Amino acid sequence: MEFAELIKTPRADNVVLHRPFEPAVEGTLCLTGHHLIFSSRRQDNAEELWLLHSNIDSIEKRFVGSLGTIVIKCKDLRIIQLDIPGMEECLNIASSIEALSTLDSVTLMYPFFYRPMFEIVEDGWSAFLPEKEFEFLNALTDEWRLTYINKDFSICPSYPPVVTVPKSIDDETLQKVAVFRHGGRFPVLSYYHKKNGMVMMRTSQPLTGTNGKRCKDDEKLINSTLGPGRRGYIIDTRSLSAAQQARAKGGGFGVEVYYPQWRRIHKSVERFNILQESLIKLVEACNDQSHNMDRWLSKLEASNWLTHVKEILTAGCLAAQCIDREDASVLVHGTEGTDSTLQITSLAQIILDPDCRTIRGFESLIVREWLQAGHPFQQRCAQSAYSNSKQKWEAPVFLLFLDCVWQMLHQFPCSFEFNEHFLVTLFEHAYASQFGTFLGNNENERSKLKLPQKTMSLWSWVNQPEELKNFKNPLFEANSLVIWPSVAPQSLQLWEGVFLRWNRPSKFLDEAQEEMRKIISDNRVLQEKVNYLRRKVAHMETNDEMQEDL
Amino acid sequence: MVYRWLFFGRKNVRTLRIITFLCQNVGTVRIVLPQVENVRLLDRLSSRKAAVGTLYLTATHVIFVENGSETRKETWVLHSQISSIEKQATTATGCPLLIRCKNFQVIQLVIPQERDCHDVYISLIRLARPVKYEELYCFSFNPKLDKEEREKGWKLVNLSEEYNRMGIPNSYWQISDVNREYGVCDSYPTEVYVPKSATAHIIVGSSKFRSRRRFPALSYYCKDNNASICRSSQPLSGFSARCLEDEQMLQAIRKANPGSDFIYVVDTRPKLNAMANRAAGKGYENEDNYSNIKFQFIGIENIHVMRNSLQKMLEVCEMKSPSMSDFLWGLENSGWLKHIKAIMDAGIFIAKAVAEEGVSVLVHCSDGWDRTAQVCSVASLLLDPHYRTMKGFMVLIEKDWVSFGHKFNHRYGNLDGDPKEISPVIDQFIECVWQLMEQFPCAFEFNERFLIHIQHHIYSCQFGNFLCNSQKERRELKIQERTYSLWAHLWKNRADYLNPLYRPDHRQIWGTLHPQMAPCNFLYKFWSGMYNRFEKGLHPRQSVTDYLMAVKEETQQLEEELAVLGERLANLQKLQLNGNKVKSKQQDRSKELALSASSNSLANTPQEYSNDLKSFPSRSPSQGDEEDSALILTQDNLKSSDPDLSANSDQESGVEDLSCRSPSAGGCLPSEDSGKDSDEAVCLAV
Repeated sequence: MEFAELIKTPRADNVVLHRPFEPAVEGTLCLTGHHLIFSSRRQDNAEELWLLHSNIDSIEKRFVGSLGTIVIKCKDLRIIQLDIPGMEECLNIASSIEALSTLDSVTLMYPFFYRPMFEIVEDGWSAFLPEKEFEFLNALTDEWRLTYINKDFSICPSYPPVVTVPKSIDDETLQKVAVFRHGGRFPVLSYYHKKNGMVMMRTSQPLTGTNGKRCKDDEKLINSTLGPGRRGYIIDTRSLSAAQQARAKGGGFGVEVYYPQWRRIHKSVERFNILQESLIKLVEACNDQSHNMDRWLSKLEASNWLTHVKEILTAGCLAAQCIDREDASVLVHGTEGTDSTLQITSLAQIILDPDCRTIRGFESLIVREWLQAGHPFQQRCAQSAYSNSKQKWEAPVFLLFLDCVWQMLHQFPCSFEFNEHFLVTLFEHAYASQFGTFLGNNENERSKLKLPQKTMSLWSWVNQPEELKNFKNPLFEANSLVIWPSVAPQSLQLWEGVFLRWNRPSKFLDEAQEEMRKIISDNRVLQEKVNYLRRKVAHMETNDEMQEDL
Repeated sequence: MVYRWLFFGRKNVRTLRIITFLCQNVGTVRIVLPQVENVRLLDRLSSRKAAVGTLYLTATHVIFVENGSETRKETWVLHSQISSIEKQATTATGCPLLIRCKNFQVIQLVIPQERDCHDVYISLIRLARPVKYEELYCFSFNPKLDKEEREKGWKLVNLSEEYNRMGIPNSYWQISDVNREYGVCDSYPTEVYVPKSATAHIIVGSSKFRSRRRFPALSYYCKDNNASICRSSQPLSGFSARCLEDEQMLQAIRKANPGSDFIYVVDTRPKLNAMANRAAGKGYENEDNYSNIKFQFIGIENIHVMRNSLQKMLEVCEMKSPSMSDFLWGLENSGWLKHIKAIMDAGIFIAKAVAEEGVSVLVHCSDGWDRTAQVCSVASLLLDPHYRTMKGFMVLIEKDWVSFGHKFNHRYGNLDGDPKEISPVIDQFIECVWQLMEQFPCAFEFNERFLIHIQHHIYSCQFGNFLCNSQKERRELKIQERTYSLWAHLWKNRADYLNPLYRPDHRQIWGTLHPQMAPCNFLYKFWSGMYNRFEKGLHPRQSVTDYLMAVKEETQQLEEELAVLGERLANLQKLQLNGNKVKSKQQDRSKELALSASSNSLANTPQEYSNDLKSFPSRSPSQGDEEDSALILTQDNLKSSDPDLSANSDQESGVEDLSCRSPSAGGCLPSEDSGKDSDEAVCLAV
């Protein structure tokens, strides 16, 4: 298919662009296969707006006489308005945008066409290989091994080719366990806590069904990860009743009699359309420009967004606490083990492991616990807060995770190497990007699409020194401790940087950021100068003494 | 009566005991039971954690000293901070006593014997409700300053200097002595600034037409465009009354701003309230009677509504483990943020009129000492960057609150009085400032701590600034001769109150602030730093302000070292050139070098720097592994033994506890808060 077929009117003049907090600008609108480009004609202010079609969540059009107006609502929550003279042009442009922003073939997406303008220092596609990660683990313990049982994705289509499993369990056993677990997602290692050797594993629900089926190999695997006299907790991300209901559909939960050293805790975390509804309501509340305080608070409350943040963060804390404070290992699962499970395992790691609070470590966490672990990004992030489609599989699971990380960053402003901008950038790229990183739903799909060969990795771009500096938190001081966030409502805040980003002037907050950077860099510069002078003085003094000795 | 000064350090419990024996008879108050052993201090957030210790009642404080542990953690509460004491039903463990403080601290004690509890309760009820000013702490508080220093402290904030700064007196405004000896209005200061064309006759005439004779007087003058903010009380207009002098007074205010042909008259009450006042012979200005005024209502609720609103919000803050919905719903239901927004909106309206339209504004409510004070000071703060400095902010409070007769004693219940007079009027103003600081992080010279400590001392009665209801009463009591000024105290410790991000040079900040109006834009936030001030576990665990201040301090040290090193380098180079030196001189130099080298290493090694950082929350023991402060999950649930396996697994109890706030970390308050210093003297009557 040629994009040209979809573009009925490639260009319109005298278009007026309206954005909040900025004066309206007149200019030219161009449509290309992947971008909507608006450039103002004014020479003094040659400003261009580039918008990826894939970033467009919904589009509305209306007419006053022959002047058409298109309102474009983006997945990054921005809303812009374009006034286009001429009814036909406007209709053409609107329908072109509609068609281009809803292409159903992944291979037509921009990442397959994007050619980077920068030199690749390190290829992000191979920056976080499981083998490398395993080397670190192997240096600490020899109880685990890598298995290539899933190398052709036949055992579990949503798992990567390589996963870490207990050394004592052979591939044959794994194969049997996979049959007993939803989607073949047998228990794998997610995190090893250096301090006490406790581990966190993740899986999907066991397929016990109504008649309480059991699987000896599953029991063997799970029990084998605990030494004698040790305890473990199975954190089920569903309520007990939801877990019980799942039995009717062939799912269920492990009965503790068969897992004697394990205790089960149900920690209900919402999923799917409930989360999507919550996001839609929250964004609606944030975009409400009325000046009524009561309506704002009740809408914020009714959206339940912060309730979800609190639930998820609490569950993450619980898992971390079991490991660090109770000296117990943890197994996390929900139904499929691709959503709430990953929120919890990744949050627990950020709490426990200072490495995950560095930029590199956080990238590695996203790769391990989200991309390789098979979070279906393409389905979940197909639409954002302005969508009308209401598909069951759309859900801001990843955004909620990022929000929880932001809450921690807010409570521990000096313990993260990255800043808020980094989290916002990840949110944007998960929904629309020139990079292939978040395309596809799992490693299987990614390898079929040949993403590493055909597209650029987000990490290749982020990890360039000149980009990296924009994501650095100037206040960062390595903190090797476990960080325990407060989950009280008083401590949790609306993430303004995402939800009010386009509705508030950011000038004063940016200024504060800039001032912070300046204070820190002044200090560093001076530190260097002083060190240099100290060395120089010391050098001259020793020379002096030597001369004197002579 | 003999006064004896005793000094004791924080940990000197023995001295404490002596003192408590000494103070069984304090003035007119008899403390029935000065000391109770084996009292338990409950942690508000988790009933499982309780400290056992001894409770002392002294003339000025309630003190709880923890048993055991070498730290001997102490909790000090000034009697004047106590807002309510509640004796609850006796349980098997003892008799619970709940003390709520005006600085939002809540203390839950369990006293073993019911009789002891009753005695403590009775004593505290009396101690927390002094009947004479002389019983207040400021009359016994002595920060060991001599008379001269005390006088200097009181001169730190000078209102006539402030009016001079505004450019007054000038050809439009003058100082009037019409209120000398408080002859016209006893709640106004003696020095008032009025339009030049307003004669004494007009002022007196106008004052007779205004509630409590609070005639229009100048609060703020903008010298760039001559627009001003004046304040008064409501006119006694009833349904039809007029007063020629009052009309002339408003005319005079308009004429003092030749650039504008009208003035705004802003009534900060809801219209309904103002109309109801007409029936009582009061009310609001009729636009037909006053030439060239534009009349405007801005509905800020009265003190009773505000008192109830705070009460409701504090109930939300006190909830044990609220869900997000409980919290947000409770916050909305309290209406608190709505009221804050109303005050801010009024301030924004006035600031806009003055700065953008160049129109003068007369502000009033009923008596013109609550809402009017709030709104005038918010507007001034928005208009003039001077009020966003530390000194300027002190001046602002002195100008719009203290001098214009805000009834501190009645509103904050310093002396026992009518509970219906109590209302968090200045608390709301302080919160408005905080909300502005959140939106304009570089615009204020001071930080959040400054606001919190001012709020604390408005209630503490440790300093004389906020005593009484008017300047007249303060002068009669000779406050300045008998007590100390808070402003001098804050100024002395100003390093603690600096905002590291303050940029006085910045053009956007050096002018009028334009806050956003819509709640979602402005994002009026719940201020946990104030209302959950003592639940440290709820606050961010690392303070950006403290971190940046430490960095700035280090930068300063580096600068000093740089200068020293530069000098030494120059010397060395000179010496090398000279080659030969006198032996003795050489020795001197090496001595000096050794000295400065050691001091340098102290100030500059990275180890030293990170040691400094140890005071940060993230590095403090509370973050350490042994401390249980970070524990969120209950021990019982996880440690339950195997028999109740099933019970454990299908209940979400392990989960419920997680939703509770993590327990508060530190308990020890900064000395500033509790009105004690390690070297502080306590005055006792023997």
